[in-house]
Amino acid sequence: MDISTTTDVPPSAPRPDAGERRTARGVTRPGDRIFLALSRGSGILLLVVMAAIAVFLTYRACLAISADDGNFLTTFEWNTNTDPPVFGIAVLAFGTVVSSVVAMALALPIAVAIALFLTHYAPRRLSGPIAYVIDLLAAVPSIVYGLWGALILVPHMQGLYGWLDQFLGWTGIFAWNGGAPRAMLTVGILLAIMILPIITNVSREVFRQVPRMHEEAALALGATRWEVVRMAVLPFGRSGVISAAMLGLGRALGETMAVATVLSPSYDIQASLLDPGGGTFAQNIASKFGEASVQGRDALIASGLVLFVITLLVNGAARAIIARRKEYSGANA
Amino acid sequence: MKLQRKNRLRALSLGAVAVSGALALTACGSDDTGTKTGNGSSSSAAAGSIKCDGAKGQLLADGSSAQKNAIDAWVKNFSQSCGVQINYKGAGSGAGVTSFNQGQIAFAGSDSALKPEEVVASKKVCKGGQGIDLPMVGGPIALGYNVPGVDNLVLDAPTLAKIFDSKIQKWNDPAIKKLNPSAKLPDLKIQPFHRSEDSGTTDNFTKYLIATTPDNWKYEGGKAWQAKGGQAASGSSGVAQGVKQNQGAIGYFELSYAKDMTTVAIATGAKTPVKPSTDSATADIAAAKVVGTGKDLALKLDYNTKAEGAYPITLVTYEIVCDKGNKPETLPATKAFLTYLASEDGQKVLSQNDYAPIPEEIIAKVRTTVASLS
Repeated sequence: MDISTTTDVPPSAPRPDAGERRTARGVTRPGDRIFLALSRGSGILLLVVMAAIAVFLTYRACLAISADDGNFLTTFEWNTNTDPPVFGIAVLAFGTVVSSVVAMALALPIAVAIALFLTHYAPRRLSGPIAYVIDLLAAVPSIVYGLWGALILVPHMQGLYGWLDQFLGWTGIFAWNGGAPRAMLTVGILLAIMILPIITNVSREVFRQVPRMHEEAALALGATRWEVVRMAVLPFGRSGVISAAMLGLGRALGETMAVATVLSPSYDIQASLLDPGGGTFAQNIASKFGEASVQGRDALIASGLVLFVITLLVNGAARAIIARRKEYSGANA
Repeated sequence: MKLQRKNRLRALSLGAVAVSGALALTACGSDDTGTKTGNGSSSSAAAGSIKCDGAKGQLLADGSSAQKNAIDAWVKNFSQSCGVQINYKGAGSGAGVTSFNQGQIAFAGSDSALKPEEVVASKKVCKGGQGIDLPMVGGPIALGYNVPGVDNLVLDAPTLAKIFDSKIQKWNDPAIKKLNPSAKLPDLKIQPFHRSEDSGTTDNFTKYLIATTPDNWKYEGGKAWQAKGGQAASGSSGVAQGVKQNQGAIGYFELSYAKDMTTVAIATGAKTPVKPSTDSATADIAAAKVVGTGKDLALKLDYNTKAEGAYPITLVTYEIVCDKGNKPETLPATKAFLTYLASEDGQKVLSQNDYAPIPEEIIAKVRTTVASLS
């Protein structure tokens, strides 16, 4: 990028004809004013709508939390139709984070590998169609992923679960009691497939922007292809890959229907990834909304607000990481 | 230029693939539509005796999803004859009653009768009257299971309660063996499936457990599942799917989901254990008592029935309307539609769709009540 900017003509170069510039600045035509009003209006409208939504959600959430008979943060229960209601988000927060982390751990290496293959290894003739197929993955609606997961993925997970239990069961995280594999690991795998295209596409664009000079310099020093990737491509693309991962994580955190169809929800925390149970915020809202009373809806809104806060924290952390890397990687994240 | 031509070629080939794909799909679809039209003609034959009585316009209704299929079949016949558009949105019993009490819909469907506070709330909408329950649809809740080599499983209420409470965990448990002396029960983990979302089916199933074996089922009951353990799945279709997929699974759902599955016969104390069917459910409803007062026909089901051929785990769906003070613009259409539902032809539609018709004695009362709606 450095090279291209230096070859460009700087846009701020002074124009030779000073008189022309003055007229361009001094006269405002009606079109300008209308456009200014429109764009400023849109900006203000967005803020007003956001503020209205935030006020509404916070108000309803406060109503629910003040009526809650349990502890909103630590109760392992979701009974909103009783009087007084008893509910807590501990299980949901845990399940949301765990399923997203599993999805991230599975999807990120594969997505980065695909992106590297497409930009640095694959012949042009091959990379086009592959990129196209990956784009198609992103176009599949999540309910279809859910149905596929419930009908095909779940029955085929038995073997993997048995294998993990046999060899890694002693860790406790991979212990399996033989129940149908509708647990966090299956959800994580499904989510990984769903976020794969997002991470791949963004990483691919970033890797494509690696300055040719960097790579050629590495080659000139006698680096092999892998060494070029390691020394020139990955450091340059790091912050881009992180923002790609965060985009993917955002989708994994908020995924609703696919989780609701595959997971066997319950309001307790399972230490093992392979035992059915747990839940996520979005899945719980989808499952409980249909028959929820007014109180129940408020409680669901409150849980939605917590998801919002978690997403904000994750995005904030990602921005902080990118800002720190920017100084020496030179990437335009 | 060359690049553009390439793109155009690509777009063309994509289009060709899409078109041929669509053609292939319609080819697979044609079989299904054939059978569907067959069904339609048989049910529209039963639609001969619908009296429209000046019904017109549009009816909005909402409520129980358990009776959605039955309502859909009725609506199809009724709107063919009378040209009334009926929009029944099976959003759930709770949602239906709420919208009814807000005056948004002409009638609601609910798996449980109106609670006293809901009746009080209905008086605001029904000017000079109140909301009443009309039992219109019956349905057995079947227990489907997936145990290889076991075809005629018999269970009783205490065993069922222990299975769904994860107290009995293996299929070769002595309690199950005692009820099935001749079956080859495998040493297989039991996986009880329940509904993950709030559901009237859960409510009625747990009502049965609470009524018959309170010592083994110590939960309050209600639409949300309360026992710990087991697997949860969304919707009756999800539970049925889970049972089909997993060896050792057992789950509860409406009879229509149990078509290609083995179902549990319940040992009620009658001479032979009873399998779920539309007939055995009707036999059970026949033993129910009307507990509603005035025009309200709320039923109290006898879960402890020992009558021969009566299947005890049965739910009744009510249509909820105002006895007086229905909105004048929707009254004729509501009345005509409910008259059709309660008619002999209307009730016949039920057994074609795996629901249980309401027994003659009770449905006769429903007919007189519907005729008196104002």
